[in-house]
Amino acid sequence: MADTAVDSDEECRISEGEYVVLKRGDVYKSVQIEKRKKVIFEKQWIFMDNAVGELYGSTFEVDGGGKLTLRKPNRTEDATDNKEAGLDNRHIVDDGKSQKLTRDDIESLKEQGLKGQEIIQQLIDNSTTFKDKTEFAQEKYIKKKKKKYESNITVLKPSSRILAMMYHGREPGKICHLRYDTLAQMLTMGNIHAGSKIIVFETCAGLVLGSVMERMGGHGSVIQMYPGGGPVRAGMESFGFPSHFHDTLHEFPLCKVNALLSGTLNVDEKDTDSQSNDGADKQSGSSQVSSGGGEEGSAEPQSMEVSTDPAEAKKREEREKLREQKAQEKKVRLEEKRRRLAAAATLLEGRNADGLVIASRFSPCPVLLGLLKFVAPSRPFVVYCQYREPLIECYTKLREQGGAISLRLTDSWLRHYQVLPNRTHPVLLMSGGGGYLLSGITVTADAAASETQQKSSEPAAKRIKLDEIRSTGDSSV
Amino acid sequence: MSFVEYSEFIKEGDVVIIFLGHESMMPIKVEAGAQTQTRYGAIRHSSDLIGRRFGSKVTCSKGGWVYVLHPTPELWTVNLPHRTQILYSTDIANITLMLDLKPGSVVCESGTGSGSLSHAILRTIAPSGHLHTVEFHAQRAEKAAQEFRDHKVGHLVTVRNQDVCKEGFGVVGVADAVFLDIPSPWEAITHAKKAFKRKGGRLCSFSPCIEQVQRTCETLLEQGFQEICTLEVLQRVHDVRSVTLPLPDFGPENGGVESGKMTTDPASEDVRPAANSGYLSVNCRTATPPREMAGHTGYLTFATKPRG
Repeated sequence: MADTAVDSDEECRISEGEYVVLKRGDVYKSVQIEKRKKVIFEKQWIFMDNAVGELYGSTFEVDGGGKLTLRKPNRTEDATDNKEAGLDNRHIVDDGKSQKLTRDDIESLKEQGLKGQEIIQQLIDNSTTFKDKTEFAQEKYIKKKKKKYESNITVLKPSSRILAMMYHGREPGKICHLRYDTLAQMLTMGNIHAGSKIIVFETCAGLVLGSVMERMGGHGSVIQMYPGGGPVRAGMESFGFPSHFHDTLHEFPLCKVNALLSGTLNVDEKDTDSQSNDGADKQSGSSQVSSGGGEEGSAEPQSMEVSTDPAEAKKREEREKLREQKAQEKKVRLEEKRRRLAAAATLLEGRNADGLVIASRFSPCPVLLGLLKFVAPSRPFVVYCQYREPLIECYTKLREQGGAISLRLTDSWLRHYQVLPNRTHPVLLMSGGGGYLLSGITVTADAAASETQQKSSEPAAKRIKLDEIRSTGDSSV
Repeated sequence: MSFVEYSEFIKEGDVVIIFLGHESMMPIKVEAGAQTQTRYGAIRHSSDLIGRRFGSKVTCSKGGWVYVLHPTPELWTVNLPHRTQILYSTDIANITLMLDLKPGSVVCESGTGSGSLSHAILRTIAPSGHLHTVEFHAQRAEKAAQEFRDHKVGHLVTVRNQDVCKEGFGVVGVADAVFLDIPSPWEAITHAKKAFKRKGGRLCSFSPCIEQVQRTCETLLEQGFQEICTLEVLQRVHDVRSVTLPLPDFGPENGGVESGKMTTDPASEDVRPAANSGYLSVNCRTATPPREMAGHTGYLTFATKPRG
């Protein structure tokens, strides 16, 4: 029977501070629940306050002021029982004059506070051609108007599926145009599961990282490699993982990979980031002090002149204290950073990672060849690229180098269907492409590339010719 | 070794995948003293497999060699013995994402079939989830249960030999997700509803025929399911290869000495003499589609069961 202890309401209720996803139709947006804070969604300003305490999956009506009201789940869907309908459209003339309400009329209806359902009824009543439309056409008309005039939103718990669809629909550029079914392939091909150690390099706003973490369930470890100042994790935060998930997440800068591989990594080494932060801290520290000093009248110049004025001396003392405090905080931060770097290095240097996932705007070949060194033998890896040619390059280099088998360059074709009685067909618009994937399995690295040729499907003769000619041909372009 | 946890070294009793070459693999159950014949010769389990590292190269008796791989659900899918038509990794990947599967998920599945999807689900829901799988064919149910035990995932799955349309999944109020791959999925929807936790969850129905999809969608709508969505997904493989394209010979330019060279020339590195004619050609590193590809597996219908 139902295990009610497991199915407690608590985890199903929206709390303040949590990350949720707002949904209207096929449009999604990730927001954090903060009371008295306006969020904009589908051209409406909304206050999330009334969502707190309600169940995930609830649908709310949005009123003119942005306030949410819980909508009861009883299906008042097909209230418009229109018995009158035509058989076909042979007499319907599309002259743009069949709707008697003007745009201003509709605006005033909205201002009067009429709900979406009521506005739609008004539109139907004021349409001269509605009763002549076929039943199917009437249904389609109502569906279209609902999409435009109903102001309901549903509040969902985030998941990889929802966020992947959101990013792909809203900001595909941020995720290198990674389509959600391609992400699905990556997670499966990469055998991402709880308890493994996965290396991730992505510039997809943290979506790929979050999806990997979701599949790991807080078990095992994820090492995020990052290219520049620091790892980008905004998309990952939107998943709303429990805090213990973050304990499994590590980060390691690409610029230290070579040092780690050659065994010369120095975790205490100051990098340029900390030096620039140094300057920033000094500046913010002094600006804070000077703004405090401004209370006494005019803004004080950053003077280093020694003054016998007791007020001055006190201010200098305060400045000193603040500076010391800041230096102490900075020391703690750097120590933490050093500790984290050492932890990530320890995880990597064993060169026994269980998998590698790459999805970035960077040229994939060097990234792949560099990071594969950290992966144990007989483990899958998968590389996403928006374009095909860079992956062809990866494939070629890996074939030459050896150490990987079962190389496959794939992409997926995705099509949605409208399924309605007597109206079933593929949806009219479909995705043109979702990016490409190169996947493979590592094997114990072997010197002889010629041995892998034995197993290759490519005719050996052609390659030998290539090598011969390359050595004799001229190199000028 | 297990299908839900990696290990480094091969032990007796493990199921391993032997990689013989491009698109050629076979599963082996490792037994002390046993031998497996391959086209490269015999593999002696005791000396060649037990204690070796996964991913190693193994030399066979005739001198040829193979790689030994750690099993994964994806490798299993392409190597398992078919008792029924199976689901392949492309569909499986989408099902996994769209059903929100993750560690701890409780899933109800019918029919078990050859266990292709089952293994992938187990991998994703481990270590804390559970799979309740229903198969109405007695021998297939038993074979699946045996395989789960061999693959060290028996603790995560319960196999029931019954008809899901008549008796349901054998559990109620526990599932986060329900998957149906049966001839008449619309007959199992009411049972599927009961299997879900009170907070609801995700459902997927896989059907090869559009008529089945239509009936299923109609029933889902009647039964209060939301976000009903039908899609299909196909994988396209790109065969990477080098191709040589001969260049045309337009004759000598301006009566000059050089023959055949075009003004719009590609990088000279790629230009090389073709086999017979003595004229030039270009080399291209490209990828071509295979001659034929899988054009249809089935339609995937997803829906959300709301709370209540």
